[in-house]
Amino acid sequence: MSNISIMIAGVGGQGTLLTSRVLGTAAIKAGYDVKMSEVHGMAQRGGSVITYVKLGDKVDSPVIEKGEADILLCFEKLEALRYIDYARKDGIIIVNDQRIDPMPVIIGKQNYPDDITSKISSNNSNVYIIDALEVAANLGNIRVLNIVMVGFLAKSTGIKKELWYEAIRETVKEKFIDINIKAFDEGYRMAENYSR
Amino acid sequence: MKKLMLGNEAIARGAYEAGVSVATAYPGTPSTEITEAIAKYDEVYSEWSPNEKVALEVAIGASVAGGRAICSMKHVGLNVATDPLFTVSYTGVNGGLVICVADDPGMHSSQNEQDSRNYAKAAKIPMLEPSDSQECKDFIIRAFELSEKFDTPFIIRLTTRISHSQSFVELGERFEVPTKPYNKDFNKYVMMPGMAKKRRVIVEERMNKLNLFANETDLNQIIWGSNKDIGIITSGIAFQYSKEAFGDVSYLKLGMVYPLPEKLILEFASKVKTLYVIEELDPFIEEFLKQNGIQCIGKEKLPVMGEYCASLLREQLLGIKEDNITSVEENVPGRPPVLCPGCPHRGVFYTLKKNKLTVTGDIGCYTLGALPPLESMDTCVCMGASIGMAHGMEKVRGNEQKRVAVIGDSTFIHSGITGLIDVVYNKGTSTVIILDNSITGMTGHQHNPATGYTIKGEKTRQVDLVQLCKAIGVDRVTVCDPFELDEFEKIIKEETAINEPSVIIAQRPCALLKTVNYKGKVRVNDKCKYCKVCMRLGCPAIVDTGDSIVINEALCVGCDLCMEVCKFGAFEKVGDTNE
Ligand SMILES: Cc1ncc(C[n+]2csc(CCOP(=O)(O)OP(=O)(O)O)c2C)c(N)n1
Repeated sequence: MSNISIMIAGVGGQGTLLTSRVLGTAAIKAGYDVKMSEVHGMAQRGGSVITYVKLGDKVDSPVIEKGEADILLCFEKLEALRYIDYARKDGIIIVNDQRIDPMPVIIGKQNYPDDITSKISSNNSNVYIIDALEVAANLGNIRVLNIVMVGFLAKSTGIKKELWYEAIRETVKEKFIDINIKAFDEGYRMAENYSR
Repeated sequence: MKKLMLGNEAIARGAYEAGVSVATAYPGTPSTEITEAIAKYDEVYSEWSPNEKVALEVAIGASVAGGRAICSMKHVGLNVATDPLFTVSYTGVNGGLVICVADDPGMHSSQNEQDSRNYAKAAKIPMLEPSDSQECKDFIIRAFELSEKFDTPFIIRLTTRISHSQSFVELGERFEVPTKPYNKDFNKYVMMPGMAKKRRVIVEERMNKLNLFANETDLNQIIWGSNKDIGIITSGIAFQYSKEAFGDVSYLKLGMVYPLPEKLILEFASKVKTLYVIEELDPFIEEFLKQNGIQCIGKEKLPVMGEYCASLLREQLLGIKEDNITSVEENVPGRPPVLCPGCPHRGVFYTLKKNKLTVTGDIGCYTLGALPPLESMDTCVCMGASIGMAHGMEKVRGNEQKRVAVIGDSTFIHSGITGLIDVVYNKGTSTVIILDNSITGMTGHQHNPATGYTIKGEKTRQVDLVQLCKAIGVDRVTVCDPFELDEFEKIIKEETAINEPSVIIAQRPCALLKTVNYKGKVRVNDKCKYCKVCMRLGCPAIVDTGDSIVINEALCVGCDLCMEVCKFGAFEKVGDTNE
């Protein structure tokens, strides 16, 4: 069983913590040793949030470092750019094509960089740009965008679909299970049909 | 059964299994979840105390009465609790007493980066340091047993990456520990000089026993690798980083970081060629080695600040640099945390800035009012400091410049009350704004004495802030809503002009509370003159596109503060309105 390091980057409030819980739970079911790390506190007030999920035979450090992430899952474009150097050169980068302005941009002190997605794509050949927000909106609840992302990522892990369903059922609130399963399926399908 | 748990949850589980009867804490990242998790067990009495000193005193009382007690806090919380800490070392315990302290290397959410191991040494209290969630659970159980065996409190040291990382924990059953008999024991529990001098000797005897124990206990482990060329002495999360960086070399993994096992260290050191000491923050273990004449490589190569990681160790100690990195050259704007949309503190700081006041600040969500564009806080040192500092400033500069102290409700209860007494007693004229958002916000919504609910969500007597301030001797106490900007500004002008102490209680609940139910969203209409006054609010939902103002509907909660600020009526409510 080879080790997989997954790093999740997003903006406080986008549901990255739940994402890492679903990932971790699915990985346990698949028989992996799992360690996860997250930082609470200041990060939650709309700041940038990162969490790490590491799977393998035996995981030591819970932390993922620069050049170590096999999969970098980004919920927002600027955060993708900020943490791009955590992805291995041959790692997979999945970016939700959404823009959320940080305060320095909102108040006009700094500019939101142009063409983030093409900049990222020109430096790594495994970049996937998806519009998970739109998919979630079509499902009727933008909050499930995180599980759309999970669905897309699931394809690259080799963990069986059934285990992901179980993980979702155990992690999300009961009344949101159905919509989250749909969100997962949509994300998974996007990964199957993805063309650059 | 095996479960993935946060280090903090595992501590809570361990305390539960160890039969703890009382758990106390004041919240503080990264320690907060310990007591939140314990509070879910009905068998354990748990409380949010007003501050860490009280929390520890309650735990000491519980221990003296014969129950097992745990008290948890963040590193700076231990500063507040050091007074009882240093003397409970003398009295020892009856029921086991464990203090959990969570350090924050790298300062993810703290105002400083102190190393709590120094307190263990200074207070002569043994300290354990787990390196994953399973050890969190195991060590806490051991700590309770050892606390009773050696008649001493134990400290468990955590760091952010232990507290907030999840790994597997094997769950066990709760072990019901009967309450020990309570016997009045003047010589043990009344620390006056005569008795303290006797206990002082006992402390040293205990340290001698613990020194021997440290060499024998399996809390400290030598893990021989196939390679004895390299030996590493380490503990806590640094053990995980070391293993990841060095793999199959030899380790002396210390589970007990105070007192340190002299013999064991000597034995290990004598059998390896190159000896590294790998520890975050202070050279605590390293200095012990050097004192004992043992050569090692430590802080000459590794930093004394910030977090470590495996690649840092590889680079600094092995000269291997990571180059399998995807990188893009680009100036990436930061994403600092901000006051949430709808945050009641926004009205306060908007007004303070508008009136160009000097503001001594304090710690909480409202400290974010120091950042642009609100930028209306001059100082932030520690919890409670705002009031004393305002008073000190007045004694140097008089009232040449208008000045206020701002302090949150939880922080005021924690350590603001004594500062306010000082202002009144020593004839100050400070104006103090208590930001009463009905919750302890920063650490993720804990109740406090001013909210009227306990940690278990039960209703209780609520501290009446108005009566409290009046009783202290502040005659001018005003309660107002910081979103009624005109009224609020008028009050601030009046109170800062008057030559006597005053308190303004700015009352509006945190927008994230379930009880707060703002309706609808705001939209910009064609009356907008693009004057950008609304941009001074620093609301993440108000966006300047370069030629117009728009509302980000995904973020707007409909608090209407922008409607209050705009002179042109350019914001209007759409969707579900209250009317
Ligand atoms: C001695 C100490 N204990 C705990 C903390 C952690 N801490 C920082 S702010 C805060 C509470 C703030 O609550 P409140 O004053 O009500 O302000 P709010 O965040 O709700 O605006 C806590 C517990 C700390 N920094 N120092």
